[in-house]
Amino acid sequence: MNAILDKTAQGKINWEATWIGRFNKARTSPINQRRWRNFKANSRGYWALWFFGVLFFVSLFAEFIANDKPLLVTFEGGIYMPVFVAYPETDFGGDFATEADYRDPFVQELIEDAGGTIIWPLIPYSYDTINLDLPVPAPAPPSAENWLGTDDQGRDVVARVIYGFRISVLFGLILTVFASIIGVAVGAVQGYFGGWIDLIGQRLIEIWSSVPSLYLIIIIAAVIEPTFWILLGILLLFQWVALVGVVRAEFLRGRNLEYVRAARALGLRNVAIIFKHVLPNAMVATLTFLPFILNSSITALTALDFLGFGLPPGSPSLGELLAQGKNNLQAPWLGFTGFIVIATMLSLLVFVGEAVRDAFDPRKTLQ
Amino acid sequence: MSGGDQKLVEVKDLSVVFTQDGNETRAVDKISFDLAEGETLALVGESGSGKSVSALSLMQLLPYPAASHPSGSIKYRGEEVVGADERTLMGIRGNEISMIFQEPMTSLNPLHTIERQVGEVLAVHRGLRAEAARKRVLELLNKVGLQNAESRLGAYPHELSGGQRQRVMIAMALANEPRLLIADEPTTALDVTVQAQILKLLKSLSREMGMAMLLITHDLGIVRKMADRVCVMNHGHIVEEGETAGLFDNPQHEYTRHLLGSEPKGKPLTARDDAPEIMSTDNLKVWFPIKKGVLKRTVDHVKAVDGISLTVRRGHTVGVVGESGSGKTTLGLGLLRLIDSDGPIVFMGQHIEDDNWSELRSRRADMQIVFQDPFGSLSPRLSVAQIVEEGLLVHGTDLNYDARRQRVAEALVEVGLDPETMDRYPHEFSGGQRQRIAIARAMALKPDFVVLDEPTSALDMSVQAQIVDLLRDLQQKHDLAYLFISHDLKVVRALADEVIVMRNGKVVEQGSSDQIFDDPQTDYTKALMAAAFDLETAPEGVVSS
Repeated sequence: MNAILDKTAQGKINWEATWIGRFNKARTSPINQRRWRNFKANSRGYWALWFFGVLFFVSLFAEFIANDKPLLVTFEGGIYMPVFVAYPETDFGGDFATEADYRDPFVQELIEDAGGTIIWPLIPYSYDTINLDLPVPAPAPPSAENWLGTDDQGRDVVARVIYGFRISVLFGLILTVFASIIGVAVGAVQGYFGGWIDLIGQRLIEIWSSVPSLYLIIIIAAVIEPTFWILLGILLLFQWVALVGVVRAEFLRGRNLEYVRAARALGLRNVAIIFKHVLPNAMVATLTFLPFILNSSITALTALDFLGFGLPPGSPSLGELLAQGKNNLQAPWLGFTGFIVIATMLSLLVFVGEAVRDAFDPRKTLQ
Repeated sequence: MSGGDQKLVEVKDLSVVFTQDGNETRAVDKISFDLAEGETLALVGESGSGKSVSALSLMQLLPYPAASHPSGSIKYRGEEVVGADERTLMGIRGNEISMIFQEPMTSLNPLHTIERQVGEVLAVHRGLRAEAARKRVLELLNKVGLQNAESRLGAYPHELSGGQRQRVMIAMALANEPRLLIADEPTTALDVTVQAQILKLLKSLSREMGMAMLLITHDLGIVRKMADRVCVMNHGHIVEEGETAGLFDNPQHEYTRHLLGSEPKGKPLTARDDAPEIMSTDNLKVWFPIKKGVLKRTVDHVKAVDGISLTVRRGHTVGVVGESGSGKTTLGLGLLRLIDSDGPIVFMGQHIEDDNWSELRSRRADMQIVFQDPFGSLSPRLSVAQIVEEGLLVHGTDLNYDARRQRVAEALVEVGLDPETMDRYPHEFSGGQRQRIAIARAMALKPDFVVLDEPTSALDMSVQAQIVDLLRDLQQKHDLAYLFISHDLKVVRALADEVIVMRNGKVVEQGSSDQIFDDPQTDYTKALMAAAFDLETAPEGVVSS
């Protein structure tokens, strides 16, 4: 009691102290500590998370790993970073005012003759760089130049896989986040208010989920040219349903808990009760589902790309790689690469999902 | 039986240790006791004293290997149980030693009929099937006094009342005529009237079948009524052991004396009769419609509260008593407008029965409620400070963070908790402390009227007394008006000036506390009192079973 009074007298220090207190509290919440221990106890899932995290993190910097622009060019005492800045060819003594094509032997010669150096990324191809020096007709088999070969348009498969992985995961993550927000909101409203809202909502969802979504997406994709965001929107139309059932069930249970009643007796608004008291319970179910929703989001995009209704032509895409593998059975490296990358990515996410499920399993306490 | 002096169960130096994440918790520390054939031994203690764990180790039902016995032996008829192989244990469990649990709702499988539940035990241990099993099931159900046993064979657990479910549990436990019955708080979840019936049944069964009984309870009233001998447990130790009568008359250990002296006692405050009215209602009705048919027409109503009139004055406590299902809680919720009701409700001189939710919100600060279950009524994800300040966030919007912490600290001090603990989470507190937090949450708003919905029912006997004292102190300090809902007349007598006895939503008797307790007019009230004060059963038909 005295401590509290002292703190009030001190004013500002008190603020700091309490904020630190809040932070510590959030960090050391014992239930979360136990969950984290349970998560780590599932070593397969734990390592899968690390592996996936590193892969994803690295792929975020794809431009520095696989690019047809050098990382660094020194030319006549100046330092150029073509990764970041587009320099016209005239800067290096060339003829065109357009951006320099560093893969052009002429440009390389210009720089080297002037005593400059070019530092290339690990893989000197971007996802849309066409290797014009192929010794055989495309698709070319794996070689020292193209580690996993090229596809049927002469583009380096490694570069396309790195960019494709990134776009798949990003697409999946964004779709998952939006689908979860909508799904949780709808499930929360249905479960919390119950009655007619619930009844009508459930019937609408039943009708909505019996719509053959794939055909609908194909039809829409045929009418409007799908971009990343349009595709995201179309898939979101159907993906949000996944979480509604679980969240609704949690809310139906949660709204009758005694502390929710107590909150109502205190005069809290419904919105406050939902966010403060009921939603945290539903989040456990949501988080457990998340890796699997991420999985299905990625698969949905891959399937559309495979069928040719997905991302715009030329985009790096794992589904498109699979389609190429199917069309070029004489080039097995295409199909194998696509399969292995997709299988690894999805398996890792399933492993993570299993570990998350363990972490939130309340029966796992006595171990 | 070999030799007259061989005990049925002999426990020597038994310890139980739970290991979780490398932390060891010693739940039971070197206890020794024994139990003769046909004898009833009671293990008494507050929750967390290790009594249930001791009983579970008799059947080796603890979650091994998280639990372990670093020392001690348990001999059942001379045979070692600790570390025995699964075959030996299977022979003992259910066959020789049976168990009944506290919560009859969760101990029965909700998807199986009564016949199947009891029959399963017979099939597993005796190989009885079909007609033979059916006959035996009926015999058992009749033995445990389940009325209309024949027509209830096909019933599911949810169709039975709490007392009836407990009877079915007992029938299952008795199916193989065990020599020892372990009863783990068998009546804690039941009404006082039903509790009296179940206790009577257990006593007569153990006498009839010559069955020994290990009774685990926190209620000394039950012990006095039931047990031949008592072991008092505290923090994993047996602190005192002896014949029931001797121990009650002449308790040696300080802790036993503390337990014995911890019944809710004291008199309600004497309040002025002309104190201003805080809450009153006249002919209040809460009817839940029963809808049938395709068009869902209302064919009838469940009359949960059917025409109750009451007035609560400043500084007064109105006690509402009755069996479960009599509409006590519904009445409380109806008065606070937490559920729809029909009839005038006057709060602080203003009619609130037609107020909408936002008009009510401003009044919520002045009328509060404390719930029964201190575990369910506190959100496990919020710290104590967050729980207590919740109402202040709604009603004291001009308070800043520091001022709210200040008010939280004051409320915690008021209910006897250390304000330094306000950043901890509810699970770190005991049941009694949690109930104090729930009271602090209500008191932080400085209300005028508080509905106390069985605030002591889920608590240990000694803690109940403390909570009752606390409530009385708070009432005196702030001149509060209470509506005190309980099925336990002992607690009501210690707090209420006025009592309403309810049954099936209607008033059976209403009057001043002295009048009701000294001179009850109806059989129903008499039965409630006999059950609460003497653990006696009433003649059939007066109360539900």
